Amino acid sequence: MSNIGKAFENKKAFIAFITCGDPDLDTTVEVVKEAVKNGADLIELGIPFSDPTAEGPTIQGANLRALTGGVTTDKIFDMVKELRKDVTIPMVFMTYANVVFSYGAERFIKTCSEIGIDGIILPDLPYEEKEEFHPVCVKYGVDLISLIAPTSENRIAQIAKDAEGFIYVVSSLGVTGTRTEIKTDLESIVKAIRENTNVPCAIGFGISKPEQAQKMAGISDGAIVGSAIIKIIEKYGKDSPKYVGEYVKSMKDAIA
Amino acid sequence: MSNQNGRFGIHGGQYIPETLMNAVIELEEAYNHYKNDPEFNKELETLFNEYAGRPSRLYYAEKMTKDLGGAKIYLKREDLNHTGAHKINNVLGQALLAKKMGKTRLIAETGAGQHGVATATAAALMGMECVVFMGEEDTKRQALNVYKMKLLGAEVVPVTTGTATLKDAVSEAMREWTSRISDTHYCLGSVMGPHPFPTIVRDFQAVISKEIKEQILEKEGRLPDVVMACVGGGSNAIGTFYNFIEDKEVQLIGCEAAGRGVDTFETAATIATGKLGIFHGMKSYFCQDEYGQIAPVYSISAGLDYPGIGPEHAYLNDIGRAQYVPVTDDEAVNAFEYLSRTEGIIPAIESSHALAHAMKIAPTMDKDKIIVITISGRGDKDCAAIARYRGENINE
Repeated sequence: MSNIGKAFENKKAFIAFITCGDPDLDTTVEVVKEAVKNGADLIELGIPFSDPTAEGPTIQGANLRALTGGVTTDKIFDMVKELRKDVTIPMVFMTYANVVFSYGAERFIKTCSEIGIDGIILPDLPYEEKEEFHPVCVKYGVDLISLIAPTSENRIAQIAKDAEGFIYVVSSLGVTGTRTEIKTDLESIVKAIRENTNVPCAIGFGISKPEQAQKMAGISDGAIVGSAIIKIIEKYGKDSPKYVGEYVKSMKDAIA
Repeated sequence: MSNQNGRFGIHGGQYIPETLMNAVIELEEAYNHYKNDPEFNKELETLFNEYAGRPSRLYYAEKMTKDLGGAKIYLKREDLNHTGAHKINNVLGQALLAKKMGKTRLIAETGAGQHGVATATAAALMGMECVVFMGEEDTKRQALNVYKMKLLGAEVVPVTTGTATLKDAVSEAMREWTSRISDTHYCLGSVMGPHPFPTIVRDFQAVISKEIKEQILEKEGRLPDVVMACVGGGSNAIGTFYNFIEDKEVQLIGCEAAGRGVDTFETAATIATGKLGIFHGMKSYFCQDEYGQIAPVYSISAGLDYPGIGPEHAYLNDIGRAQYVPVTDDEAVNAFEYLSRTEGIIPAIESSHALAHAMKIAPTMDKDKIIVITISGRGDKDCAAIARYRGENINE
């Protein structure tokens, strides 16, 4: 089992997504620490991309603010090294294929393993294209996280069988962003996943309220929250760490 | 889950969210079925001929030839198609395919607005709902096309993210597709995006080179020495090249938009300034920075203002089968004015990039050589912008 498994050991996991460098990297460090202090079990660090095609307006905005602020992949690597002095829970990167590809897959993934990044989530890298990075991920012991969507249907078994780390279950059609209601039949998707693997699965996309997190973690092994956290950071900027901390606590309490 | 198809050398592929995978697989299966279906092909041919006005003319530009004093110049008049550009070829094919697949709604991205107008046209004809995503910047540059799309019954959504141009319109159309798949077909306008789009769009545009070949053999009794076209994503260019790829003696030239020059940041010349990357569902060449952030490209031409190039072009470039050259705003505007004055044909500013390069090479070639240039569209839509470029303000 990879380090990521620790996030799910004997508990439901609360997974927090944070875009690195929004509004600046110092704030990101403090936000992550507050999230961890308040019960986050796994941190998804977003490396901003100029054209994040799987994101809704909220996370698009965070990407733009971070890039405008001058954040780069190298600066984020340095930030993670700094973070790892205090943070021991699993951390993964969430970014787009071109960010990894342009840096050089070997160079990017080797660095991930050196600085303590446990996995990578690439929303534009489906099962058919995973060979692009997977062999290098195996070489350096970094998990390449698979996504399963409401439209996956006949693809679930194959994706689940080869999954590692955890499975990111996309709750709804469309892009990231908060939703008032999630209508997908997630119970049957999770059931199909569990018939094929023991790798834990967490649900993301559209979750913002404690009762939603409770419900989603009840169905699966954890809840992933991004846009709702980004909205707090967007609102409070440099002052956001304590507000994110309070929010994470409310969500973690709901699923615990 | 085969990954054998959809690659052109190392380029192409399907780099898209899992949510869309079954949609592109369904599209591929449907296309593989219908492309060999005689009834489908008969329907499409009827639409091409009776509705779009095909075959388009191959016109001998005698005055231009004499004026430049070199190779004999023929113009493939895609500007004479219904809706005024080559875009209608692909759209009629995809709309017909979507209808056979039981889809009732078409979404599309558009740059200059030609693909949006063509999609809105096909949707009107086939009784389908239509939503077009267009960069807000482009809605201003091409206000007339926005009006046309609305007139045809389409909804036009201005895209304000990023550079508010073609690439952002593609991103937004992809986002929309992930949120509504069951009744919606994404009618992609160029030979780009995830497999099977580059293949489908190429096949529907290949009618251009099929006709050129027949027409030039009839007029000249031989193949041309050079065929050329402008390249953004590259649909009219691949249509122009496709049936000549095996004819090694025919030189293939794609003309990219260099904007203010390939040595400036205000350029959209992907082959000249880009590097290998993964974006918008495909591996190909893209204008990007050292960290893989896609560059905010620029060209006077909204239709060529795109930071990537279709994967088959990237491959043709790699193997040296086609050559890609940059053409600046200034050179394209000169060519726009030149063809208008010389032949009485107002070409699209996109097509003017190909004309500009032809004006450079034709005088260096012998008089017994033949160049075919595809005029991908008509230039009415560009008149206001070119007037502005020349410091003149006209009311559209």
